[in-house]
Amino acid sequence: MEKVIDMKDENDAINPQRRAFLGVAAGVTAAVTVAPGVLLHTVDAAPRAEPVTSDVRWGLLIDTAKCVDGCSACVDACHHENGLNLQTMPAEQAVKKWETQKPAWVRKVKLQDNQTGRMTTLPLMCQHCDDPPCVDVCPTGASFKRADGIVMVDRHLCIGCRYCMMACPYKARSFIHSDVHGQLTSVPRGKGCVESCNLCVQRRDFGQESTACVDACAAEGHHAIVFGDLKDPDSTICKLLNEMPSRQLREDLVLNTGVRYSGV
Amino acid sequence: MKRIVYREWRIPPTQFWSTLGILAAMVGMATLAFGYMEHTGHWVSGMNNSVVWGTPHVFAVFLIIAASGALNIASISTVFHKPMYKPLGRLSGLLAAAMLMGGLLVLVMDLGRPERLIVAMTNYNFSSIFAWNIFLYTGFLIIVIAYLWTMADRQGAAFNRPVGLIAFLWRLALTTGTGSIFGFLVARQAYDAAILAPFFVVISFAYGLAVFMLVLMYAFDEDNRPIGEKIMRRLKNLLGLFVAGGLYFTLIYHLTNLYGAKNDGFELWLLTNGGMHTFMFWVGSVLIGGLLPLGIIYHPELSKERNWIMTACGLVIIGGLATMSVVIIGSQAYPIQMFPGQTILESGFFDGVNGAAAPYHPTIPELLLGLGGVAVSLIITVVGVRVLQFLPESLADDVVALDEELLREEAFAKPA
Ligand code: SF4
Ligand code: SF4
Repeated sequence: MEKVIDMKDENDAINPQRRAFLGVAAGVTAAVTVAPGVLLHTVDAAPRAEPVTSDVRWGLLIDTAKCVDGCSACVDACHHENGLNLQTMPAEQAVKKWETQKPAWVRKVKLQDNQTGRMTTLPLMCQHCDDPPCVDVCPTGASFKRADGIVMVDRHLCIGCRYCMMACPYKARSFIHSDVHGQLTSVPRGKGCVESCNLCVQRRDFGQESTACVDACAAEGHHAIVFGDLKDPDSTICKLLNEMPSRQLREDLVLNTGVRYSGV
Repeated sequence: MKRIVYREWRIPPTQFWSTLGILAAMVGMATLAFGYMEHTGHWVSGMNNSVVWGTPHVFAVFLIIAASGALNIASISTVFHKPMYKPLGRLSGLLAAAMLMGGLLVLVMDLGRPERLIVAMTNYNFSSIFAWNIFLYTGFLIIVIAYLWTMADRQGAAFNRPVGLIAFLWRLALTTGTGSIFGFLVARQAYDAAILAPFFVVISFAYGLAVFMLVLMYAFDEDNRPIGEKIMRRLKNLLGLFVAGGLYFTLIYHLTNLYGAKNDGFELWLLTNGGMHTFMFWVGSVLIGGLLPLGIIYHPELSKERNWIMTACGLVIIGGLATMSVVIIGSQAYPIQMFPGQTILESGFFDGVNGAAAPYHPTIPELLLGLGGVAVSLIITVVGVRVLQFLPESLADDVVALDEELLREEAFAKPA
């Protein structure tokens, strides 16, 4: 399977079709030019030949009891998967300031309960809200939710207004503050746009099983994150959700998040 | 009562051109700042992933709501039948259009991808209040221009009242819309308040009037045109009323936040412990923008002096910028409460470790960009009054029409 999204100049590749393409992940069997500068080649039609459907809803379950303090395997894996590790600090920038400006799609957070003093550590990323505030506020519709529940940014529509960052209750989004040096073909990025966790959407479109963070956590032997289809009663994630108590962060906002936590 | 005559602003050419020159230089600096920030990326600004809207937005939102407030003068005369304000209507409309342009320009110049503006114009997400605002703003400009026409043209005069009414309602929608940009953000503790929209409407009255009075007094002074005591007293009292109204809403807003247990963490932080933001609130917003101007406006002696009134207007504007910085920056600096009842001990993304506020240090380019917006508004105004007939020849007491209230005041004044 080979997909090449060839964008010579992503600045002028503004077109709604591409968004539609991302939205339904419609495969095409021949090389098609959908707009000047955007060329889609598809060698093998499946599984991207099928449009994204709402028969599935992708989600994560995070068992904080298994998440280990000091481990950052998921964060590192995410950075590699999405090319965030290729980002370098601008030469003249102060390290401390850059820390507040560099993108992070997932981060580790350590909490202590004010009453009991109990400590919890967990990974925090976009919660893939069913009712996403970031999508509601986006003026251009660049921030969108796919039929399968993944919330992401169409980088050709995003004008970089950062309204979605103001609206997200989980501070899940990052603004790209500097030039992007080197990026992965499967994860286009660009200065001046907003980005966030997209549940490794490139893997979804190739029918792969899990996400980079899930794999990395498992490789460390922790198995704290489970990825799966929230609509399939036979999926591991659904079975686990049935077995153990879990909750959404900021349940009071009734966003019906696709990422659930147990033990917080 | 004499007929009102409007004349172009007849200051000496050297003065006109040097004023324009200074303003153009400010715009030039802002353009450089814009180019710099866009070329290198926003890392050169003080904004970061926690405080995503900074100094440019403080200026932009100030200009936009001041624009809708400035139009208020024209509305008072047309909608509420106060003939006294009629000669001020044209300038009021011009200032409204000018400040809106300046404010919007700053917003656009701060986008991560300003070159994609065309995308914003062609792809609308109708659930976004931002997208609605694009209509509200362009509509506002068109209506203001139509309104100016009804004021200036004999043929248009018949439409003056209906257009004035539309303009009035539209400007209320506009300010509410601008306030709602923040009101819809449920995630942010500071914005979780229904009172934000009326608060924005009241402060827009105050800021718009302060700018209007400052421009009016300066323009008249330079051109040796008279402003009568009566109209001065009326404008000044109106400003006092709006400033007091703004203070009142500030009080209600913070009291309700304190009372609602949900947001008291934010309140305590802002009122006592927020460093720069606490300073901005108490010194900038409350003292400079509220108490001091009120003190001047209601002072028996100072309030009679034009220079002091101009000072009061200036203070309201400075205080307004401080208020905007509290509303926009302060509320972002305060960490989002993602885990109520828990303290964050460590985080890889500045999630408010031990309740710490997010850092934000404004930078020169951001400031220049914001000031550039102010300069654009002033250029439009200066050129407007210079080449077109926006300013009445005189606002002396015997020229302006008296409205009922003044007549009543007169009646009371006589026996004394
Ligand atoms: S967590 Fe934030 S970015 Fe993700 S869907 Fe919800 S609002 Fe949008
Ligand atoms: S920054 Fe981009 S994705 Fe976010 S609201 Fe603005 S246009 Fe939409």
